[in-house]
Amino acid sequence: MSILVNANTRLVVQGITGRDGAFHAQKMKAYGTNVVAGVSPGKGGQVIGGIPIFNTVGEARSATGANASVIFVPAPFAGDAILEASYAGIELVVAITEGIPVRDMIRVIPAFKCNGTQLIGPNCPGLITPGECLIGILPGNIFKKGNVGLMSRSGTLTYEVVNQLTESGLGQTTCIGIGGDPVAGLYYQDLLQMFEDDPETSGVVLIGEIGGDAEEQAARFIKNHMTKPVVAFIAGQTAPPGKRMGHAGAIISSGSGTAEEKIRAFNEAGVPVAKEPSQIPELLKQLIR
Amino acid sequence: MKIHEYQARDLFRKYGIPVPDAILCHSVEEVEAKVPDDNLLRVVKAQVHAGGRGKAGGVKLARSKAEAVENAGKILGMDIKGYTVEKVLIGDAVDIDKEYYVGLINDRNTRNVVLMVSAEGGVEIEEVAKVTPEKIIKVPIDPLVGLMDWQARELALQLFSDIRHARMAASIFQKLYKLYIDTDSSLAEINPLVLTLQDEIVAIDGKMNFDDNALYRQPGILEMREVTADEQKEIDATEKGLSYIKLDGTIGCMVNGAGLAMATMDMIKLYGGEPANFLDIGGSSNPQKVIDAMDILLSDKNVKAVMINIFGGITRCDDVARGLITALDQIKTSIPIVVRLSGTNAREGLELLKSKGLLTVGSMGEAARKAIELSKL
Repeated sequence: MSILVNANTRLVVQGITGRDGAFHAQKMKAYGTNVVAGVSPGKGGQVIGGIPIFNTVGEARSATGANASVIFVPAPFAGDAILEASYAGIELVVAITEGIPVRDMIRVIPAFKCNGTQLIGPNCPGLITPGECLIGILPGNIFKKGNVGLMSRSGTLTYEVVNQLTESGLGQTTCIGIGGDPVAGLYYQDLLQMFEDDPETSGVVLIGEIGGDAEEQAARFIKNHMTKPVVAFIAGQTAPPGKRMGHAGAIISSGSGTAEEKIRAFNEAGVPVAKEPSQIPELLKQLIR
Repeated sequence: MKIHEYQARDLFRKYGIPVPDAILCHSVEEVEAKVPDDNLLRVVKAQVHAGGRGKAGGVKLARSKAEAVENAGKILGMDIKGYTVEKVLIGDAVDIDKEYYVGLINDRNTRNVVLMVSAEGGVEIEEVAKVTPEKIIKVPIDPLVGLMDWQARELALQLFSDIRHARMAASIFQKLYKLYIDTDSSLAEINPLVLTLQDEIVAIDGKMNFDDNALYRQPGILEMREVTADEQKEIDATEKGLSYIKLDGTIGCMVNGAGLAMATMDMIKLYGGEPANFLDIGGSSNPQKVIDAMDILLSDKNVKAVMINIFGGITRCDDVARGLITALDQIKTSIPIVVRLSGTNAREGLELLKSKGLLTVGSMGEAARKAIELSKL
């Protein structure tokens, strides 16, 4: 088992004729993801690298039974592309695009609630159930099938941690990059609940960073609802207030959202916080045993 | 992106939010020329991109033209939190009966725009939020229908007992929301919003920030941008596809990915060093990016050692290594550099670097320790 995606996931790639979309569509296909369609308005009818292209998500879904979509559409048009997927009846939308205006994402949220669509991202690396389905830009080769669930607001830091997990013999059920933007789709609590309910997952790694209070809320959720062990890591302990650290969400504003507060919240919830990424596998092994 | 109070006031006025008359001056001579000699009470306010102006002495009353000139002279050139005051706004004082706070912000938790109001205006709202959060009333706004009349009125009635005042305030809330949405704002504050003894409601001070990701469709807002030298460095970096923030330490860092870059800074600190910067070079192994990044790093004279930390995912480490070698051939520097490569094709990358005599290590921790050691030589 796993969460959100598996061998039955049928993926449509929105923005498949762009540079990143074209490259990663083939990468995902090569990994074994069931990439059933691509969408690029005006290019319907073509077949690129063995993937049929459609003008609209609606057509792609009717023709191929796609149930998940990944967004590589450029930022100014990405909000609309996300809405298109939701109204076409796609169940899971993974938005990779970076730099989408917040106002556009705020408009997406109620539509997703209304249509019952699930959203991951934007500004995220995607998600993977190792050996079954990779959606996004994650490097498939560092992941290994196993029993650890992982969620993270960051990209390469996630790879760093996954690499260490895999090297120390800890494979993964599903790993999700939830994205670094202030307004995003599925967040820690939603995913923690899914991992709690997934029989294959025996422990969870949560990688957070400065900004907002999502980690504090996750800590409370873990304390009240999780029976499975969780290990956390927080990036940005040395970040100064008022400066945006690359991710739109990674900013300490008015003295809140600091790493210190987040670490305290996890400690209070009984969740060990690794001082550096290399401690994570060891902490997890102690708890899973 | 931030703008000055006088710019926010101009936007308020354009959207029909009442503000008192004011004159913007860049020099004492300009104050001399523009302020009428009428002994009206005025307020001279520093225009800088920093809060806490009042406490820093950047806001002074003037009872006459002479006093306005004198106080402008004191404030112009003053340093407030690292910003030099280059402009003052001289506004008509109003007869304050009561002060309120009004703010709009993008809220992560409700994933909506939230309107916040409080009867505790005029003070630092962060303090109110910390000490007496119950004194701030918050309402999430449905993005599909906007701030509804009844909603604005209901909120205004919690601040004003007189329905006339509540109606005026409700209208201001709605105008501020329209301005917020139209300009892709990320923060819009009126603090204080004042009820005057003449039964008027006016915005005395305003603050607005904007979503950097939306500036491409906000040419009018972009025109108002004003940047300091440090910010200019950060903007130049952004234009080159890099994300750079200058800090005060001695270890320059170059990392791919924001989260890993933060974790790298943390690790330097954990092992007893101080990071000189945050620098995310993104996903590409383009040598030009590495060259640009090294240029920026080495332009900081505090840097005593450089730590390069790359995790190859989609990016292949041997490509990054080639980029680094090209870059370092072009930039001759005596500053020691420690390179850590891990992930896809790391072994090939490390061998390439070693053959060029570069110092390479296998883990983040080792790289941090080594860079700190070298910075102290």
